[in-house]
Amino acid sequence: MKMLGRTAQNLFWLSRYVERAENMARLLEVGYRMSLTSRREGGASEHLVSMMQAAEVDEGFDAKHDVADVDTVARYMMFDPDNPSSVYSCLEAARTNARSVRTAITTDVWESMNGAWLDYAQIKPRDVRGAKLLGLLQWVKQRSHEFRGAMLGTKLRDDGFSFLQAGNFVERADNTARILDMKYYVLLPRATLVGGDLDIQQWTLILRAASAHRAYRHVYHDRYKSENIADFLILRSEMPRSLAHCADFVKQNLDNLGRLYGRKADCQDAADSLLSMVQNTDMEAIFGHGLHEFLTEFIARNNRVTEALSESYNFY
Amino acid sequence: MMGEKTPFDEMYNPDGSVREPYRALSEWLDEQPDKALALMQTDAEAIFRKLGITFAVYGSEEGTEKVIPFDVIPRIIAANEWRRLSKGIEQRVKALNAFLYDIYHRQEILKAGRVPEKLILNNEAFCPQMMGLEPARGVYAHIIGVDIVRVGPDEFYVLEDNLRTPSGVSYMLEDREAMMILAPDLFQKSKVAPVETYPENLRRTLESVAPENVRGTPNIAVLTPGIYNSAYFEHSFLADQMGAQLCEGPDLFVDGGKVYMRTTTGPEQVHVIYRRIDDDYLDPLTFRPDSMLGVPGIFDAYRAGNVTLVNAPGTGIADDKAVYTYVPEIIEFYLGEKALLNNVPTYNCTDEDQRAWVLENIADLVVKEVHGSGGYGMMVGPTATKAQHAEFKKKIEARPDNYIVQPTLNLSTCPTHINGDVAPRHVDLRPYVLVGDEVRITPGGLTRVALKKGSLVVNSSQGGGTKDTWVLED
Repeated sequence: MKMLGRTAQNLFWLSRYVERAENMARLLEVGYRMSLTSRREGGASEHLVSMMQAAEVDEGFDAKHDVADVDTVARYMMFDPDNPSSVYSCLEAARTNARSVRTAITTDVWESMNGAWLDYAQIKPRDVRGAKLLGLLQWVKQRSHEFRGAMLGTKLRDDGFSFLQAGNFVERADNTARILDMKYYVLLPRATLVGGDLDIQQWTLILRAASAHRAYRHVYHDRYKSENIADFLILRSEMPRSLAHCADFVKQNLDNLGRLYGRKADCQDAADSLLSMVQNTDMEAIFGHGLHEFLTEFIARNNRVTEALSESYNFY
Repeated sequence: MMGEKTPFDEMYNPDGSVREPYRALSEWLDEQPDKALALMQTDAEAIFRKLGITFAVYGSEEGTEKVIPFDVIPRIIAANEWRRLSKGIEQRVKALNAFLYDIYHRQEILKAGRVPEKLILNNEAFCPQMMGLEPARGVYAHIIGVDIVRVGPDEFYVLEDNLRTPSGVSYMLEDREAMMILAPDLFQKSKVAPVETYPENLRRTLESVAPENVRGTPNIAVLTPGIYNSAYFEHSFLADQMGAQLCEGPDLFVDGGKVYMRTTTGPEQVHVIYRRIDDDYLDPLTFRPDSMLGVPGIFDAYRAGNVTLVNAPGTGIADDKAVYTYVPEIIEFYLGEKALLNNVPTYNCTDEDQRAWVLENIADLVVKEVHGSGGYGMMVGPTATKAQHAEFKKKIEARPDNYIVQPTLNLSTCPTHINGDVAPRHVDLRPYVLVGDEVRITPGGLTRVALKKGSLVVNSSQGGGTKDTWVLED
């Protein structure tokens, strides 16, 4: 059966929003842990601020709050409906998309999404302060895993599946790039500390945000080093949250769509361009060019994939 | 009045013995340990909520999605009872379709004076744009829900015919699904006719009424107002079960007198549209110009015979509450047969004598607005207050043609789970009928139950619930 352009769009954004909810939880976890290591007066934390800058939600936050402490930031990132990237907004948007495409997803996918939203909507922000916050962040990640598991386990491998997968990996690429960029925001004012204990500790937290701190040991058998960690999250395609891995999956899924529809679409070129950024380079070149500049360009090319995809498949 | 007698109990004879169709259920109920029903009820609630089987309640911000209460005790209809009912239903839908064809063509029934011309031509539900149009296979109402109540062992009455966009069929299907999960042992003891064939029959019906110029398998779409509509769940459910496309207005467009949907590979023609949007909102070019829900130009494509609209626009004239009183007449006129199913006797308030009698006996009567639905705009005399009696008396005097008045029917009761106990509650029944190349009636239908003790109002918007409905096979 032919697929509506609107359905394709909704599928793409459905998995993007679920992935984004998960990544907001990961980002907040890093920001929270970082803030524990260096408290400032009045509870405000520059780490939380840089985390919000990485997520590009800092302006919205500043408009509502004076102090960036754990409580206000967590509330804004987790529950604020005015923050379009909050976990609340993401899950609600994902669920609305899922409702619109009930006929294009399986019952299992729908139930995992609907269940996650219904449960989350019951949570009262005041009940997850302090130590309980990490538990909730863990829960958000688990529901995202459940959604993806239902999708991988039950969804027909048709065009709809490729739209879902494309959304998933476009969003993940964006978020990993942002998590890495956070390091730039955190370190920029104190570049002299590169290689120091604090530096390493921060890189460790970034690995943790990507659920990669154990995997790192298996791959590098080495103590934490910034160039290895950056290599792991950017160029290592076996690392499922790395830019290389995500770009590869975006390309695979868009090529798959091209095959299914029997024609090459413009968005495939955009995906090629994204992938070439992480294929024809090494860490020396990236650091030489500037990590922040590299990541900014990657995020821009990743955005172009979405635009091209919308045009190629009549999203509206 | 009928209201003063004990209502007909579908499970027990007046001497307390169990009626034959309910024997297995009765034994099963006796075997259930304490709290088993309450546990089933909790499980059922969880099943429905998780599946997202909800209806929206307009106007409230929080918790806008509600689960319709589901009663775990099924309602049972014997094979011979069902045979009678389904014959009567088939007769009715055939006559109503013949009536619609006539009304939008030669209008013989009006010329013969059997139905008053004024009642039809001045009616809001009459759609002049439909005059002279030839729908595929001559069918106007393809999907019909007939509301039936029972007041005695052999006494059934049709309360109303729903020919526009009858809803609730998804509950019929999900109630069965839930019941099979909750009480598989009870199914093993009974021979229950399947309802699961409904989506397949719906698809066959829709394919059979595709425009005649369609080659190959027609493309079928369900047209929904969108996710905020109260019946959205049902729309997506049916599209899913049929493997049809679920479209919103903006997904469709008309070009060169044909309807297309916007797909990932460009325009794709649509041949049959099961629309769940009311006539008024279907096409801003033909009907309400302010509507954003429909598709501009779709009515012209329909007139040109390039797409079939299901149900046809203008079918509402046949389920109008005032036209309802003429249905026995309509059956005789077109089929030359006597109606097999009774209408509820209905008083005509525009007749002076009848009106005087109605006003005097208002406390025993049911008053309904001609165009009301969902249990709004109605009054049930025996349970209404004196103030409400007075209010409706005034309303009838002011606009006698806006109301129909009927005796309070003593609806039959079925055993129902109420707080861990089993108690009789009033029920009605909505069987679903499909009309295309043939008439297909799903055995059973949706039983609605008034959960409040003594209440006769079964609408979900008024706190009613639903039951799985079992038609037993011989």
